[in-house]
Amino acid sequence: MSVPYYVSPEQIIADKAEFARKGIARGRSVIVASATDAIYFIADNPSRALHKIGEIYDRIGFAAVGKYNEFENLRVAGVRLADTRGYSYDRTDVTVRTIANAYAQTLGSIFIEAAKPFEVEIAVAEVGESPDTDQLYRISFDGSVHDEAGFISMGGDSESVGNVMKDNWSLGSGARETVRAAVKALSPDGEQELDSLEVATLTRGRDGRCFRRCSQDDIAELLR
Amino acid sequence: MNPESSFAHHLENQGKLPNAVVAAQGEDQNAPHGTTIVALRHADGVVMAGDRRATMGNIIAQRDIQKVFPADEYSLIGIAGSAGIAIELVRLFQVELEHYEKIEGTPLSLNGKANRLSSMLRSNLGLAMQGMAVVPLFAGFDSAKRIGRIFSYDITGGRYEEHDFFAVGSGSQFARGALKKINAVDQSEEDAIAAAIEALFDAADDDSATGGPDISRGIFPVIYTVGPTGVSEIDTERVSELSREMLQRRTAHPNGPRARLIPEGGTA
Repeated sequence: MSVPYYVSPEQIIADKAEFARKGIARGRSVIVASATDAIYFIADNPSRALHKIGEIYDRIGFAAVGKYNEFENLRVAGVRLADTRGYSYDRTDVTVRTIANAYAQTLGSIFIEAAKPFEVEIAVAEVGESPDTDQLYRISFDGSVHDEAGFISMGGDSESVGNVMKDNWSLGSGARETVRAAVKALSPDGEQELDSLEVATLTRGRDGRCFRRCSQDDIAELLR
Repeated sequence: MNPESSFAHHLENQGKLPNAVVAAQGEDQNAPHGTTIVALRHADGVVMAGDRRATMGNIIAQRDIQKVFPADEYSLIGIAGSAGIAIELVRLFQVELEHYEKIEGTPLSLNGKANRLSSMLRSNLGLAMQGMAVVPLFAGFDSAKRIGRIFSYDITGGRYEEHDFFAVGSGSQFARGALKKINAVDQSEEDAIAAAIEALFDAADDDSATGGPDISRGIFPVIYTVGPTGVSEIDTERVSELSREMLQRRTAHPNGPRARLIPEGGTA
């Protein structure tokens, strides 16, 4: 009789986490930040068609880094959940917390049960009355949820991106300051191509759907 | 349609699609019915207007019901028929369009929206045959052709594109009769709104289920317009003012504006 091959749970988790971290670190970064007029989603993304940023609901947006097919699945699931809740109850009953919890559950069980964890990191944000009532959640590949104040940086070199952001931005910054700080953080060598920027906003103080994608002209105007 | 991006399909899979709530037995009398909706093309798009009355047999069920809604940023939907089912259909249709747009990253074409409404109506056929029919009127701005377009439907989901104007509901024959005489091709939005108010008054004049402007309660038609810049609602103040002017004119000419028998410069 052969002896079953034993690997300790610590080892399995550590291996999976390392695998996922490596996958995520290969990708480009994304920043989500509160400004006085809106929440800004800023991604370094050379593709015009394959978005890293998406609309979930009236006041809720989505951003992701990692494997496109994996986070695209999660984005669609988020839209479905939000639309189903809004239709069953009321539009005001769809909250970012529900969405963040659902993502945490899904990613958590995939991390434990599936042979390969998702190589993604997700941010969901809900715009409030003012920057300090904005809600920003970051959900990691293992399903852990982080409630962040002010901004989120994710992806390749998220720590140093976050540090540059911290130096150039503070809660209560305006639109231009926020986008400039984010672009600076995304391109440490100062050479961010305008063409490879994907920017979207959740505008504060609007009724109905607040999500809007910025055109190249809008981005140039913000950076001017 | 790709079932992946259909919200109704998703609800159906989840067993949450609202369906035959009641087995109606020709009970026209027991559920509120919405009445007259008109839609007119103008040079820049389409105007859609609806009266505010819902009836239950001989009873006025509601005086200020809203029967014209924005379906999304570039289209409008008006409803006549069984109000409960119709309003639910509008709600589902609105989410359907938004859901598609969010999942696919691009809105449906106007034809796509009109066809989608067709199949949603067809799924209500069972109830429609028992007297709980919904007859919507759909209109929108076609961003490819750069024109406003109007679509009418029957209870089986049949979809028909209308040319310049159309009306649905119990007072629709009278409204259409009026529009036939006063509607002009390539009119301004302003004129289209005035024509819609006249046509709804003519419908209310001859159909007991259609409500006219209610000055004492301040209830006036709901009017929306859609054009290249999207959907907008005509301010109630303005509709109130236009309705009062129309009533003023009608005190002198109760039957409303008279169309010319012989066109200018023509002979009999």
